[in-house]
Amino acid sequence: MTKQPENTAEGQGWLNALFRSRETSLVLLIAVLTAVTTTLNPRFLSPQSLKDLMLNVSIIALLVLGQTVIILMRQIDLSISSIVGITAFLSGTLFINHPGISGYVVIAIAVLTGLLLGAVNAALIAWGKIPALITTLGTLYIFRGANYAWVHGRQVNAVNVPGSFLAIGTSTVAGVPILTWIVLILLILFSIGLRQYRAGREYYAIGSNPNAAVLAGINVSRRIAIGFIISGAIAGLAGALWLARFGTVDATAAEGIELTVITSTVVGGVAITGGVGTVVGAVLGALLLSVFSSTLVFLRVPSFWQQAFQGAMLLVAIAADAYLAYRHALRSRVKWSHV
Amino acid sequence: MTRIPLMRTIAVVCSLSFLGTIGFAQDKPLKKDLKFTVIPKNINNPYMVIQSGGATDACKELGIEGKVVGPSETGASAQVPYINTAITQRQNAILIAANDPNALVPYLKKAMSQKISVVTLDSDTAPEGREIFINQASAEGIGQSLVQTLAKQIGSSGDFAILSATPNATNQNTWIKYMQQELKKPEYKEMKLVKIAYGNDEDQKSFTETQGLLQAYPNLKGIISPTSVGIAAAARYISTSPYKGKVALTGLGTPNQLRQFVKDGTIKEFELWNPADVGYLAAYAAAQLASGNIQGKEGETFAAGKLGTRTVGKDGVVLLGPPTVFNADNIDKFNF
Amino acid sequence: MSEGQSSTRRLVRRVSWETILALLLVLALVGGAVLNKDFLTAENWANLLANFTEIALMALPLSLIVITNEIDLSVASILGLSSSLLGALWQYKLAMPLVLVTCLVAGALCGWLNGFLIVRFRLPSLAVTIGTLALFRGFAYIILGDKAIADFPSEYAEFGIGVVPNTFIPTPFVLFIVLALIFWILLHHTTIGRRIYAIGGNPTAARFSGINLNRLKLLLYVASGLISALAGIVYTFRFSSSRADNGTGFELSAIAAVFLGGVTVQGGKGTVTGVVLSLLLIGIINNMLTLADVASEILRIVTGSLLIVSVLLPNLIAKTRESWRLMRRQREIARLGSAS
Repeated sequence: MTKQPENTAEGQGWLNALFRSRETSLVLLIAVLTAVTTTLNPRFLSPQSLKDLMLNVSIIALLVLGQTVIILMRQIDLSISSIVGITAFLSGTLFINHPGISGYVVIAIAVLTGLLLGAVNAALIAWGKIPALITTLGTLYIFRGANYAWVHGRQVNAVNVPGSFLAIGTSTVAGVPILTWIVLILLILFSIGLRQYRAGREYYAIGSNPNAAVLAGINVSRRIAIGFIISGAIAGLAGALWLARFGTVDATAAEGIELTVITSTVVGGVAITGGVGTVVGAVLGALLLSVFSSTLVFLRVPSFWQQAFQGAMLLVAIAADAYLAYRHALRSRVKWSHV
Repeated sequence: MTRIPLMRTIAVVCSLSFLGTIGFAQDKPLKKDLKFTVIPKNINNPYMVIQSGGATDACKELGIEGKVVGPSETGASAQVPYINTAITQRQNAILIAANDPNALVPYLKKAMSQKISVVTLDSDTAPEGREIFINQASAEGIGQSLVQTLAKQIGSSGDFAILSATPNATNQNTWIKYMQQELKKPEYKEMKLVKIAYGNDEDQKSFTETQGLLQAYPNLKGIISPTSVGIAAAARYISTSPYKGKVALTGLGTPNQLRQFVKDGTIKEFELWNPADVGYLAAYAAAQLASGNIQGKEGETFAAGKLGTRTVGKDGVVLLGPPTVFNADNIDKFNF
Repeated sequence: MSEGQSSTRRLVRRVSWETILALLLVLALVGGAVLNKDFLTAENWANLLANFTEIALMALPLSLIVITNEIDLSVASILGLSSSLLGALWQYKLAMPLVLVTCLVAGALCGWLNGFLIVRFRLPSLAVTIGTLALFRGFAYIILGDKAIADFPSEYAEFGIGVVPNTFIPTPFVLFIVLALIFWILLHHTTIGRRIYAIGGNPTAARFSGINLNRLKLLLYVASGLISALAGIVYTFRFSSSRADNGTGFELSAIAAVFLGGVTVQGGKGTVTGVVLSLLLIGIINNMLTLADVASEILRIVTGSLLIVSVLLPNLIAKTRESWRLMRRQREIARLGSAS
């Protein structure tokens, strides 16, 4: 009697439910939080605070896109905050030193710089075979140190940046800031890329079972390298958009943001052990964290409770992930034994 | 031996002392080959850069070797290694803007026991940790004038908040204390301080804290931000939001950063002093201390180059002078 | 046979790394003395050692945890929590010994929470300790808020900044020396130490050999929490300042020191000697650069580079050895082929 392959319609249905359940539960949580906060403080849904919320989430959501690709492969990228810091200041310096330069050119240069920095990570990890945790920890230090040395006590002020560029962070189209539109478009691209294209599926494969991926003929080193280059490029874009959003950049820009990004990604259903999760979920995770912080602010909870809550949320998310995976493993084992 | 006629002696002495009180003359000689270490709160802070620059300018004038070293974070302990290094290098004076009033005292005391003069500027430590403190303006004066400025703009009634820097910064807490004292006066009984938020002197955090204040307190009428990073971030947020013109913003900030916000109406009035002058005065005071010409006692005077003669006040505090008020009328005159 | 060969090779490699570190250390000492006349003074060394006492303390149990193929990123947050608790309790003027014990117990409990989640629920340690990093730091803020407590009794403050009489060893550093000795004996001369290596090097075999993996791992996390809390106490007294943000970012330095000391991410390898040597090396380099008035940002770049190089170098050496072996094998085959 042939064993039932796991990828039956029923198995797939369960798998889909697993993915769906994370996204739906995130959406539900966000809805509940919004409802509760709005009843207690109606300003929560005012156009200004919604705009603030969208702007606050957008940069994190952008970084989450890159980090998802990385974590899917069971890797990690801690250096993104330093890359954002460098490209944010670089973008500002370009405007100062080359007045009249086009915003598109600045963004292109920022993305390119991020890409190059990401390539450093890629080379060390894929070729030098240094574990991602150590590499990106080292580059986190090195890039940030270089950033400090370069910026020193200077800063870019909003007055140095052309209004048209700052408008990315302030003007809206159909009530949604341009910055957020950029992130939404990228979200759709990433989502399609990861799901429908073979290259995208490779990220999942490498994370689920690296050995099997090698045996299946996937060039694992190259895929990992490309992943880190993408993460770097995204961080570069985020740097340019950081300048548009905040207008002022100094040496400490984006410091510490990597932990928020990783927390958002894991809360959003991308398991830290790799192979599971979607970009949509990850962005919803970022949104949930942002809405949650906003809720605390609106309810006048002292801001120092926020960190404890964030930590607790991450722990709950990991435990939930593990539980769901355990349940799934149990189910498939039961199916096997029937045959 | 010829005796010099008495009148001529008196004349010479009088003219010499007259000459000594104008311009750049130093009345008492300084020790040679002095070496100073300037330790700002953190080295990436633009305000600190201006201040340290003033100190190093003064050092150049006096022929002193001055250098600026410091941490990139504003933690209490981050400045300690630099104090220790200065002791090891046997510097003659340490000029420091303290991140914490108490954590540095044991190390500064060690420095003083090794004959290193310690001058604090901008943000003080406990008095036993230093000999002289250069205060940019009377703390009481700053607190009072900020409250008065805001009261004028919101009609002395309504809720307001304070956006400060780091929670432990000595200067911030002293000014806030005087603000709260001023608020107790009967003319401000309609004004209520609803929250003190901390932006940690970080632009992004100050930005989001301002957001938070306006979201959580719908009736907020004004914000006082006695920190240049804070007021600049708050101004940027408010000027692109529907609160512009409805929520008054004032505080301490640099003209260059805030010029556009004064012009577009986000800020009516704010104040500051020249941070470079604070550093400049600190270096001159340290030079006199290191040469043994003054001890930091009340009543002593010393020459401070282009800032004229200065007197040491109570507890070794030297005041720079009253702050300048900036508004649309005079903001274009300044460049710092 | 190959097993024995690879374990000898592993032993050779292990010894080599410590030797490399020792050589670098000597180089750094010589360099420091030559570049700066004040480097070899007792005063400078007191500062040097005092500066990394807390990180050194945290690095000890952390290295054992990394050997078992796990990680603990929450150490600095436990330091901060312990410091906040110390200040908060001291405000109520409780007896200091009682306060100190409470802080240590709190640290052990934090470590227990880490261990519980990681061992009992088999959650990935990287993610869990990222979560507890935020959680424990959050607790520190909840306990102390934005305040700073400063007025500690002078005998404790003196302990914090004093030195052992007639030496340059700071008094808190003695704690590190004692603990380093204990850990060294534990790891290299007891069965527990062998078990720790087994868990990291060959977890399946370890499980089948009857070791209670879970309990040992849990104990390691509790030890990490306890010693991080101790580091928090030391820090508070060194600066007479209890603040919720004390020690922020220290975990990265501790981890860098552990990896630089030869403990690999895959687990199963590394020595206490190596970690102690790497702590000293990083401490000396930091001190040299500060004495030379090098900006603090350069220190960051140096630490990051050391971290990467410490792993890159052995990998490159291994790769070259591999390719040499391949070349030798090919030559042998060619020789055998031509002989027949």
